[in-house]
Amino acid sequence: MQHTEAESELRALMLRGLDGDQVAYRALLEKLSRRLRAFFLRRLQGWPDDVEDLVQECLLAMHNQRHTYQSNQPLTAWVYAIARYKMIDLLRAKSSRETLHDPLDDDSEELFDEQAGANEARRDLGGLLQTLPDRQRLPILHVKLEGLSVAETARRTGMSESAIKVGIHRGLKALTARIRSAPS
Amino acid sequence: MKTDDLVSLLATGLTPVPRHAAAQRLALALVVGLGGGLVLLVLGYGIRPDLAEAADLPMFWVKLLVPAAIACAGLLATQRLARPGVSAGLSWLGVLLPVVGLWVLGAMVWQAAPAPARPALLWGSTWTTCALSIAELSLPNFAGALLALRTLAPTQARAAGAAAGALAGGMGAAVYALHCPELAAPFLAVWYVAGMAIPVLAGALLGPRCLRW
Repeated sequence: MQHTEAESELRALMLRGLDGDQVAYRALLEKLSRRLRAFFLRRLQGWPDDVEDLVQECLLAMHNQRHTYQSNQPLTAWVYAIARYKMIDLLRAKSSRETLHDPLDDDSEELFDEQAGANEARRDLGGLLQTLPDRQRLPILHVKLEGLSVAETARRTGMSESAIKVGIHRGLKALTARIRSAPS
Repeated sequence: MKTDDLVSLLATGLTPVPRHAAAQRLALALVVGLGGGLVLLVLGYGIRPDLAEAADLPMFWVKLLVPAAIACAGLLATQRLARPGVSAGLSWLGVLLPVVGLWVLGAMVWQAAPAPARPALLWGSTWTTCALSIAELSLPNFAGALLALRTLAPTQARAAGAAAGALAGGMGAAVYALHCPELAAPFLAVWYVAGMAIPVLAGALLGPRCLRW
């Protein structure tokens, strides 16, 4: 069965990611972004331009909320609930009657479709990153974009190591909030 | 930013997440909220002086343990609803059944009592303040549970807010039981339930507003 195989593969990657395994985590996010893209493309046929924005928003939300995943829970159910939540949020923001009449039924199986390509979002996360205060932007820039260690970043910025970690965490959360308020 | 670049950004410098991180936040909120409720009780109400004698009465334990059971079920529902893809399940029954039990007990006592004694069973001597006092004592837990939920990911905000309200209401009523002089089941069935319902309603109203993420 393709479904259970994919579930156990993704779940194994997630558990390794939660333990800090970057390679597994990257592989997980890549696989999930393909599934999410296919999922949203089918659901948001009226707005193909919104698909990539939504994929990125979901990836960011999953990363920020990864502590809410519990290992005894199917990963697909967790991912699907977040994807659905973010999509409903978007549809509500658009407040388009036609779309809200679209049945949002339980079709988590569609997460197992994949679709590559269409990788560029309209909304520029890099630009939004620039709007964060330095105490959040610099930790993200050095640790997450340049790949420096937390200790090295602390030396360069003069911030404490815990301030670096807090800055990354809060910065990524603030980014999610800014996505919502940014015009799309 | 391309999605591949975002994936790189998120995966680079990844920090491990402690297991049970989510449960720990709710547990912390619960401990701080219970402490806050007890402080409010001691400062604002006082513990009933005859607590030791009251502890011999079965109704005292009903008054303490029924709200405590509701708080436990509320906690269970809250920690389920805090996680995407997990429904409240049967935890709602844990909130509802103690209330129904209290109602049945209250109705039985009411039925068995002679008519002239009934008003005293219902109104007691503190009905004007009981429900609001319970709501007040539930505030520390209410605030704590909502703050904890804000660091988690509830996808059904209204239900999650109501569950946090049940947790807080149950804790508030259990704390208030240490002060309250009433022992009649009909009184508890009406005024305790009303007091616990206030944070549940408040949570259901506030949830969609303050639990978005």
